Amino acid sequence: MTVSETNDVKAHRLSSDDYIENFSDIHPPLTQHEAFVEADRCYFCYDAPCMTACPTSIDIPMFIRKIQADNPVGSAKTIFEQNIMGGMCARVCPTETLCEEVCVREVAEGKPVKIGLLQRYATDTFMEREQPHPFTRAAPTGKKIAVIGAGPAGLSCAHRLATLGHDVTVYEAREKAGGLNEYGIASYKTTNDFAQDEVDFILQIGGITIENGKALGRDITLDQLSADFDAVFLGVGLPGVNALGVDNDDAAGVIDAVDFIAVLRQAEDLSQLEVGRRVVVIGGGMTAIDAAMQSKLLGAEEVTVTYRRGQEHMNASLYEQELAQTNGIMIRHWMMPNSLAVSDGAVTAITMEKTELDASGKLVGTGEMVTIQADQVFKAIGQTPDATPLNGVSIELEKGRIRVDEHRRTSHQKVWAGGDCVAGGEDLTVASVEDGKVAAESIHKALMA
Amino acid sequence: MADLSTNFLGIKSPNPFWLASAPPTDKAYNVERAFEAGWGGVVWKTLGEAGPPVVNVNGPRYGAIWGPDRRLLGLNNIELITDRDLEVNLREMTEVKKRWPDRALIASIMVPCDEESWKAILPRVEDTGADGIELNFGCPHGMSERGMGAAVGQVPEYIQMVAEWCKQYSNMPVIVKLTPNITDIRYPARAAKAGGADAVSLINTISSIVSVDLDNFAPTPTIDGKGSHGGYCGPAVKPIALNMVAEIARDPETHGLPISGIGGVQTWRDAAEFIALGCGTVQVCTAAMTYGFKIVEEMAEGLSDWMDEKGYATIADFQGRAVPNVTDWQYLNLNYITKARIDQDLCIKCGRCHIACEDTSHQAITSMVDGQRYFEVMDDECVGCNLCVNVCPVDDCITMVEMTEGTDPRTNKPIDHDYANWTTHPNNPMSKQAAE
Repeated sequence: MTVSETNDVKAHRLSSDDYIENFSDIHPPLTQHEAFVEADRCYFCYDAPCMTACPTSIDIPMFIRKIQADNPVGSAKTIFEQNIMGGMCARVCPTETLCEEVCVREVAEGKPVKIGLLQRYATDTFMEREQPHPFTRAAPTGKKIAVIGAGPAGLSCAHRLATLGHDVTVYEAREKAGGLNEYGIASYKTTNDFAQDEVDFILQIGGITIENGKALGRDITLDQLSADFDAVFLGVGLPGVNALGVDNDDAAGVIDAVDFIAVLRQAEDLSQLEVGRRVVVIGGGMTAIDAAMQSKLLGAEEVTVTYRRGQEHMNASLYEQELAQTNGIMIRHWMMPNSLAVSDGAVTAITMEKTELDASGKLVGTGEMVTIQADQVFKAIGQTPDATPLNGVSIELEKGRIRVDEHRRTSHQKVWAGGDCVAGGEDLTVASVEDGKVAAESIHKALMA
Repeated sequence: MADLSTNFLGIKSPNPFWLASAPPTDKAYNVERAFEAGWGGVVWKTLGEAGPPVVNVNGPRYGAIWGPDRRLLGLNNIELITDRDLEVNLREMTEVKKRWPDRALIASIMVPCDEESWKAILPRVEDTGADGIELNFGCPHGMSERGMGAAVGQVPEYIQMVAEWCKQYSNMPVIVKLTPNITDIRYPARAAKAGGADAVSLINTISSIVSVDLDNFAPTPTIDGKGSHGGYCGPAVKPIALNMVAEIARDPETHGLPISGIGGVQTWRDAAEFIALGCGTVQVCTAAMTYGFKIVEEMAEGLSDWMDEKGYATIADFQGRAVPNVTDWQYLNLNYITKARIDQDLCIKCGRCHIACEDTSHQAITSMVDGQRYFEVMDDECVGCNLCVNVCPVDDCITMVEMTEGTDPRTNKPIDHDYANWTTHPNNPMSKQAAE
């Protein structure tokens, strides 16, 4: 194989119509009639498996019944009671591995009720009708809580705390609130600035102040916050990114997938975004698929996802994998990065070593090499926690992530935590929302005791 | 290939599927389209007396209820009898009958309840060559306010009286169309027979309000802010119609009186059920108004295929076969014991059987066994009510199985193979009296 010496990375690969088409809503919302028909498919199960499978325990049969009874606003309230980010979760939840996987109609016919789309119908209708905020604050408690990170965990926690009558200050390092909802999810899953609309919706409860541009360890310290506030909630996510572990990974064209996605999400003109003609994504999770999909949609001709283990080990759901494949993305399993070819400081190819499991079940290289031409290589091999900003405050960690109990309370008396930064989580938006909610209830109980 | 031809009161038609007197049969244009499509007969839209015809509202005439995918389940109408000139209708009927001699053409009539009115119209109808007449004593809306339609059908004496006039002043077979808006359908049927009517047809539509507009607080269909009850028909009314047909078919006083069955016939199966309850023909309206005339192909072929499969060569071979099996509750066998059985391979664990039984019935179905969601019937609680079967979303997942041996664990009584009903049951005070 001849390795091209020309690095082909450029913007404007498509017509402006193509950009609009490619980045439009990937799952168009249900019309009212479609929602009625789909809602009618729900059996209103007793002790419904979907409800058990939902990390936030949304009363799914009830919200669907309310759609069927032409009460979408009431349906949305049922959703928001358990999950204030029901709108975003309707868009990004891997429903095929949660509620829809256990839907009895999945069991019966392989065709689950489209719970995610129904949830979106209800929550979108609520938003479109500009309903008053569905919750009212309890009487002021006089308690102040600091929330670090305005992602799903932090905002969920802040909202529940505010509802319970507490005053909340949210510190956010970035310019906008929303966390991964704003910076980390493929844009075709959340069009029309929905993430910011949802933040605005959450803040309608009142009693929440967001301070942007305030990073823990740089602008604020945990010591100071725990002194100034009655309680602190950490929802700081995973700020680091795993390295490829090969030479030249600082070459031009070798990019963190999360950065690529964040830039794309904030771009005002997608046609100005550069993308390689040939793109290789390293990793097997949702971020890898999102990066691969969006490269393709920006006009990359050949996009390959490589993963060091087998298809069944990929964190990306089967549905997401198939979505990538039907969009012309090649997914190659059992190979790991070996070396990067660089010309004039820019990557031109990546050589992968094939892998297998040895007799003891350990992943090992086979020695066989495969070279894939690449103008860009996206690293999507996992994000990492960073304990540095804790500035030595004594909080127990577990594999670098914060250890919490079932109430999301850390080993520190005044500190709770949730979302991707805590140990044992699922790294899902919906799980983060649940963490924030559970922590808020625990904080409330502790402060009001 | 089964023979679908029917001979109803001497009126022959190539199949038992007639279009009921209704909008689809108001004009030659519609009726000829129906005959081209294969309908065996029509009952022409009801004729009124000579002179200025009735007028209809100029707003909506129909209302409906639907399933979630807009499947029409029930239709309601406030349309009156034909609003075309009597002469026009009579002329068209004459022409159509001439062009389609092998099809049944029945004239539906509704004129004021006095002898002169009937005496005036009958010869004119007879002149068209119509095969018979159907007396519209059924429409519950509009005309009933003027003492016609259901207002007549609700008074057996009037039915008998008008039927007698019709037999007296015409030679045509007389079918009396009955209204279901009455407590006991046997009385008007008996009256029709007593008046010499050759047959009854039923049911006409049921008085109804299909919905209330919650913005305007008015019934629908709404005419300038107001609504009036209409006549309800379509699939939703079939169970009511079947029962009324059966009541007449098994009444000793009217048993054997020819019946043309009407009410929610949508498919061949519906038709077969009406015929099994004794009907000689069936009349269809809503299904045609929903899907057009082509549905008769499915009906005729479906009925023929089923008859072939069952070995029935003619309609008469199965007509009325279900009538002997319709009985009074008091004669049902109380020693017949069934228990629900859930096929665990088919069960999808929705839990509907459990919650229906637990909340609303007999607490006879589990929801959890050994810490797992598991639904099974507890025979010692199951009364065999069949509710679980009816709420289960999976075909054949729950069935009612007869207990033929052993002891019923609910009552601890051994299975008794002898037939025994309420009339002889010890708890029946009447039976005690009889024993004394």
